[in-house]
Amino acid sequence: MPEPANSVVIENLVKRFGDFVAVDHLNLAVGKGEVFGFLGPNGAGKSTTIRMLCGLIRPTSGRAQVAGFDVGRNPESVRQNIGYMSQKFSLYNDLKVIENLRLFAGLYSVPSAKLKDRIEWAIEMANLKGQENLITGTLPGGWKQRLALGCAVLHQPPILFLDEPTSGVDPISRREFWDLIQHMAEAGVTVFVTTHYMEEAEYCNRLALIFRGKMVALGTPGELKRDSMKGELLLIECDPLGTAVEALQSAPGVMDAAVFGNALHLVVQDAAAAEPRIKEFLHNHNVSISRIEKIRPTLEDVFVSLTTTRGPAQESKP
Amino acid sequence: MSLTRLLAVARKEVLQIIRDTRSLAIVVVMPVTLMLLFGYGVNLDLKELPVYVCDQDGSQQSQDLLKRFQSTKYFEIVRVVDNVPAIEHALDSGEAKMGIVIPWNFSQRLSQGGSVQVQAIVDATDDNTANVLMGYAQGVVQGYSTGIQVAWLQAHGLTLQPVPINVATRTWYNEDLESSAFIIPGVLALVMSVIGAFLTSLTIAREWERGSMEQLISTPVTAMEIMLGKLAPYFVLGMIDVAVCAVLAIAWFHVPFRGSYMTLAFSSALFLVTVLSLGFFISVVAKSQLAASQIALIITFLPAFLLSGFLFSIEQMPVVLQGITYLFPARYYVTLLKKIFLKGTPAAMLTADLLPLAGFTVVLALVATRSFHKRLE
Repeated sequence: MPEPANSVVIENLVKRFGDFVAVDHLNLAVGKGEVFGFLGPNGAGKSTTIRMLCGLIRPTSGRAQVAGFDVGRNPESVRQNIGYMSQKFSLYNDLKVIENLRLFAGLYSVPSAKLKDRIEWAIEMANLKGQENLITGTLPGGWKQRLALGCAVLHQPPILFLDEPTSGVDPISRREFWDLIQHMAEAGVTVFVTTHYMEEAEYCNRLALIFRGKMVALGTPGELKRDSMKGELLLIECDPLGTAVEALQSAPGVMDAAVFGNALHLVVQDAAAAEPRIKEFLHNHNVSISRIEKIRPTLEDVFVSLTTTRGPAQESKP
Repeated sequence: MSLTRLLAVARKEVLQIIRDTRSLAIVVVMPVTLMLLFGYGVNLDLKELPVYVCDQDGSQQSQDLLKRFQSTKYFEIVRVVDNVPAIEHALDSGEAKMGIVIPWNFSQRLSQGGSVQVQAIVDATDDNTANVLMGYAQGVVQGYSTGIQVAWLQAHGLTLQPVPINVATRTWYNEDLESSAFIIPGVLALVMSVIGAFLTSLTIAREWERGSMEQLISTPVTAMEIMLGKLAPYFVLGMIDVAVCAVLAIAWFHVPFRGSYMTLAFSSALFLVTVLSLGFFISVVAKSQLAASQIALIITFLPAFLLSGFLFSIEQMPVVLQGITYLFPARYYVTLLKKIFLKGTPAAMLTADLLPLAGFTVVLALVATRSFHKRLE
């Protein structure tokens, strides 16, 4: 079989649970060596998609190919070529670190000649040297995640599926974990990763934004921030914040208004034109402005603008 | 089928059993405990049953009769009272199982060559015990009566014709009529039901509950390799427990063993695979440890206890219940155990029990294999 150009190809993939459509006609291709991010809120269909790609659940309709193998017809060949980390930590807590590694080396049929090297490599990679004999359940969260990654790559799979690998892990461990992912990608491994942390999405080569089972945007983080945002973004620091956001929701020309930290993000058609009108509008509502300027949108802004159902603000657009 | 993957699963399972004190206790402590419990605790033999006596006559003859009661191993005269209500009270409180009342005219009637009645009041709460007691009591009194008749005839210059027909009884297989010899072989079926079905019913359910199943089935390991890898350690443990129980039965409780060890091992292996498959199947279907373990106990341990002929003879059950016993593999295994231990029946003559048991083994193993899929839904 010729080497497929794409690691993952998804065509019209659908998954229904009863009346609920978890994944709704998804189309996607992920290239070799890409770090591909699957971004979306909880319940958007990220895990369902990744489970279908690993052959753990059957698609309702549509097709998906992983490493050139059809996930519905040939799940065992798919599994030989992937590493998978499920959302919930699911190694054996009652086994030692080294015992978990040996188990997965066995399950992936790592040849005995390479076994010692591969396990040593995984321990090194996961930074668990000297901790081999600890009971897995006693490890801190970040270590567990690294061990789970180590177990998933013992057989040097060309494709890695990571389902929210850093959920519940402290920020420093998260950072370290992403360094590991970048390392794998540099070595040619395709990484398909889901997350709902916006700052993590920035590490990905390409992103798909998923909302209610549908892909709402696809591109590099830069492209998404540049092209997917409808309108421009104004940052406003003002007081009182609550009154301002409430009033602005229905102000003329405002497409969206949301609180971001201690400031407001306002989506408008043209920032330069809107600025004086907004100042006047807020002044009339007895809100004092300490700062107002046009900013570049973050991924979160893009995501919010793509997924919030647009209310009166859009309808009153001139 | 890859041996590497199968062994990886088996090794993991062994480590988990060793780390889980509850499983370990069930494997190590339970067989010995059950053996001791049933070996010492359950005794269906009727021996030295407490008897109260009210001897209103107080004569030489009445004392002779009572001595005959006392000299059998079945009765133990614990108290002699002087009124009947005292006997009633002892029966009520359970201090006595039987009360014997010898009337005031006992010796007088006998010396006149007349007939007299001795009253025996039996606690028939347990009908089986009561029947046996009445039989023994009748036997004792009959023996005493015959003695008096012979003496009377001799005194009148006559001799009694020898009893024309005699039953010469010999007890086979369990010569000492020890109930422990009858009970103990069946304990093996209980032990294996617990090891086989109860412990394995937890293994798959546990993986679902802890979420480790998702990681496990994302690897190339096949459903068959998971099943065999998980069950192999329990098979080995079960066979070791069979050996331990057999040694205890023979060396400690002196249960006769007349059959072949090979036949015992083979029958035990068949039964073990049957209960392992059943436990695995339950675990796959129930997906929760609590539900799985309870179902396992209800459909393996209880039938092994009640419907296998282990304690309660199948022939004495109501016909409907007898029919139901055929549905449980434990019935065949317990029958096999008793035949192998006590009778030493050669394997060729055990097919009536071996074949149905093997049938269950094959069917349940197939059901277990088919039930488990590497899917999350």
